[in-house]
Amino acid sequence: MSEGSLDTFPRLLLQHAAVRPQHPAIREKDLGIWQTWNWSQVSAEVRALACGLAELGFRRGDSLAIIGDNRPRLYWAMTAAQCLGGIPVPMYQDAVALELEYVLQDAGIRFAIVEDQEQVDKLIECRERSPGLEHILYDDPRGLRHYTQAFVGSLDAVQELGRGRNDSQPDFLDLEIAEGKPGDVAIMLYTSGTTGKPKGVCITHDALINAARGGCGFDKLTADDEILSYLPMAWVGDNLFSYAQSLMAGFTVNCPESGETVTTDMREIGPTYYFAPPRVFENLLTQVMIRIEDAGAIKRGMFHYFMDVARRCGAEVLDGKPVATGDRILYTLGNVLVYGPLRNVLGMSRVRVAYTAGAAIGPDLFRFYRSIGINLKQLYGSTETCAYVCLQQDGKIKLDTVGIPAPGVEVKIAESGEVLVKSGAMFKEYYKRPDATAETIDAQGYFHTGDAGFFDLDGQLKIIDRAKDVGKLANGAIYAPNYIENKLKFFSHIREAVAFGDRRDMVCAFINIDIGAVGNWAERRNIPYSGYTDLAQKPEVYALVRECVEKANAELALDPALCDSQVHRFLILHKELDPDDDELTRTRKVRRGFVAEKYNVLIDALYSGKASQFIETQVKFEDGRTGKVSAELRIEEVKTFPAATAKKAA
Amino acid sequence: MGGGKTIGDVVLDLQGISLSFGGVRALQDVTFDVREHEVRAIIGPNGAGKSSMLNVINGVYHPQQGTVSYLGAKRHDVNTHEAAVQGIARTFQNIALFKGMSVLDNIMTGRNLRMKSGLLAQAFRLPSAEREELEHREAVEQVIDFLEIQAHRKTPVGRLPYGLQKRVDLARALAMEPKLLLLDEPMAGMNVEEKQDMCRFILDVNDQFGTTIVLIEHDMGVVMDISDRVIVLDYGKKIGDGTPDEIRGNQAVIDAYLGVSH
Repeated sequence: MSEGSLDTFPRLLLQHAAVRPQHPAIREKDLGIWQTWNWSQVSAEVRALACGLAELGFRRGDSLAIIGDNRPRLYWAMTAAQCLGGIPVPMYQDAVALELEYVLQDAGIRFAIVEDQEQVDKLIECRERSPGLEHILYDDPRGLRHYTQAFVGSLDAVQELGRGRNDSQPDFLDLEIAEGKPGDVAIMLYTSGTTGKPKGVCITHDALINAARGGCGFDKLTADDEILSYLPMAWVGDNLFSYAQSLMAGFTVNCPESGETVTTDMREIGPTYYFAPPRVFENLLTQVMIRIEDAGAIKRGMFHYFMDVARRCGAEVLDGKPVATGDRILYTLGNVLVYGPLRNVLGMSRVRVAYTAGAAIGPDLFRFYRSIGINLKQLYGSTETCAYVCLQQDGKIKLDTVGIPAPGVEVKIAESGEVLVKSGAMFKEYYKRPDATAETIDAQGYFHTGDAGFFDLDGQLKIIDRAKDVGKLANGAIYAPNYIENKLKFFSHIREAVAFGDRRDMVCAFINIDIGAVGNWAERRNIPYSGYTDLAQKPEVYALVRECVEKANAELALDPALCDSQVHRFLILHKELDPDDDELTRTRKVRRGFVAEKYNVLIDALYSGKASQFIETQVKFEDGRTGKVSAELRIEEVKTFPAATAKKAA
Repeated sequence: MGGGKTIGDVVLDLQGISLSFGGVRALQDVTFDVREHEVRAIIGPNGAGKSSMLNVINGVYHPQQGTVSYLGAKRHDVNTHEAAVQGIARTFQNIALFKGMSVLDNIMTGRNLRMKSGLLAQAFRLPSAEREELEHREAVEQVIDFLEIQAHRKTPVGRLPYGLQKRVDLARALAMEPKLLLLDEPMAGMNVEEKQDMCRFILDVNDQFGTTIVLIEHDMGVVMDISDRVIVLDYGKKIGDGTPDEIRGNQAVIDAYLGVSH
């Protein structure tokens, strides 16, 4: 087949089934054993599913909701919908019924394919108000035996139906696939929306294939690569890495047993291609550090000694830069004794290319992984740009940039400092929202990312903050809240931070402690606590956090432009910020405006000089019930540094 | 959702059970039955004789008076092993697991009764023994999947939090594929979320495998929610027996729990 005809995902699937029928396409761990489907089996499964959907009345242009963890059949459902000219709409599996309902109605969805009973229950609830939903089809039948509703059915039954249809009309699906055009919308992803209602981002086959082809070429991905797919299917990154790139290069996608088993499954699969947001890398490192602290003195000593060596020269060894002979010998020894086993425990022994994105990654964190020999890189992109704008090149890695524009992408900086992008991997439109589309794509075809950034001397892009979040302090100094928050979050004891300072005379912050790290720290010191709220208000914990904030202040003081952004006062929140309470987005970004409004009393207290403030907050539990958390929050002052003496103090 | 279970015949019938330890009369003339597929709760204040009742059912204690009929046949002084062979499994109030062994191995012990190959065959990994182990491992994996403890397969039980240990205890009992499952305070010491999970698992077991369940529990909300019938003991005597609604309105039960002025 010529390159030109491989312009839709169903055609890519057919090609892999023809070229490498026996090559593993997807695996899933079931009952403790990895089950494998090769490309020819996947092709047959998708065919049965697509024919079955058609038999149920799924038509060209219909949308198909897909909700659940990463499961092979849910990925097949995406291709099946595309075969019929339909549009898969994956949604976040932890979204509550109300959030799903919005998307169901906005996208006019008639068909939903979901993982299990939990999702079926949510959709049945939705259906009461969205009667347009005609079919709810599930993958895992557990607990669903007694569901007698006619609109609930199993995927097994659908595939059975499809096989019958395929037998009687063998060329039906091939004709459908032949009708597909590269300009058709391949997928619709709803943006998590830090502001306003979510918008459906329509991405064509053409755009997603461009992004996938570019990425595969850039990192030389082949059919022999392996990826572990554990990030939400509703997120553009999973679509690019686990779906589009896999169908482009033909590599194997591995679905973990459950969300909790990812670390174990990582070790068993040993992926060569890995993606994780900084948060995951941070959690892994925290786990490692906790276990090292619990290890014997010899092991602990050895670990720290060789980690010092790695810090000194690890990144250079990885980048192939010259390193002193003594260090090289020590690094080789360390590789045998510490780094190798550590990579193995992390399941990263075979990782050739690892990416992180979504949020800024701490310099210590980034350096840690690179120094033990994991080729961790950063990339930049968004749902609208198919997560494909900038990538870091092997060997040219910087801590604070996101790399150079990817092949086929044009990036320019607007007068305002906003990053503008133009490429072949660009979304088509926001579904039914021409006003919003016109707002973000200008007449010249540039997409306005909403991020503020600039190119450094090497031509690498550096992102500082969301353009709309960048403000000014009362004295006119620039104020980039994300930058400050990230500095704070880089401390393992701080999980989340929210800074305030726009048009104010000083910067203050809310802190969420990391219950795992601080809890462990407290146990080690025999500080008893009953839970998050209790632990957060311990004077010892405040002292610990104050120390971190002071360090961050010392670093901020070094930069003349950001010296005024040092944190003067802070408090530790009585509860963890939570997407269920709308304080974070589903991708765990702080909803700044919402938080500021909700905790207005606390902000006033920060700026009024009070030593403490009482607060009561309603919280939503996972099952939808609500409860109340209240506490008297302490507010503490932090030492700040004048720009000149900062070096000494740090 | 529309539960389609049908309560069957009496599987366990206890008539006039009396049990005493020296001068302590733990159970006095207690009569009740358990029907197939039902969830039967035993409640009562501390020291009412609930655990003793379970111990009588699975053969730890032998009552001085009264008869126990299981599956239509009268039992005489069965021991715990025989009870297990007959398909009675139980979990314990104070978790009875091997703390140093992995979750997987602990659950595997639940299959012990069903393993046929001998010590030698297993020691030398003869093909027959290996085949058998694979079969049992599969059964264990089904239970692991059912109770959603995949992430802890290889973790030593002692390192797990309490709520999870309770779940492993249940898993071990389930691995026996019991006809009758005795649960001794399955939710003691759990937080709300863990309790909800446990309730769901108990109902799922009952629904999916049709297992008959007898459980002791202190959390009244839980008992009233998940039981088909409830028996109330106080100082070793039966003071109430019926559906949750009947029990709720039973004056003797209210008195036993809230106390009465004399």
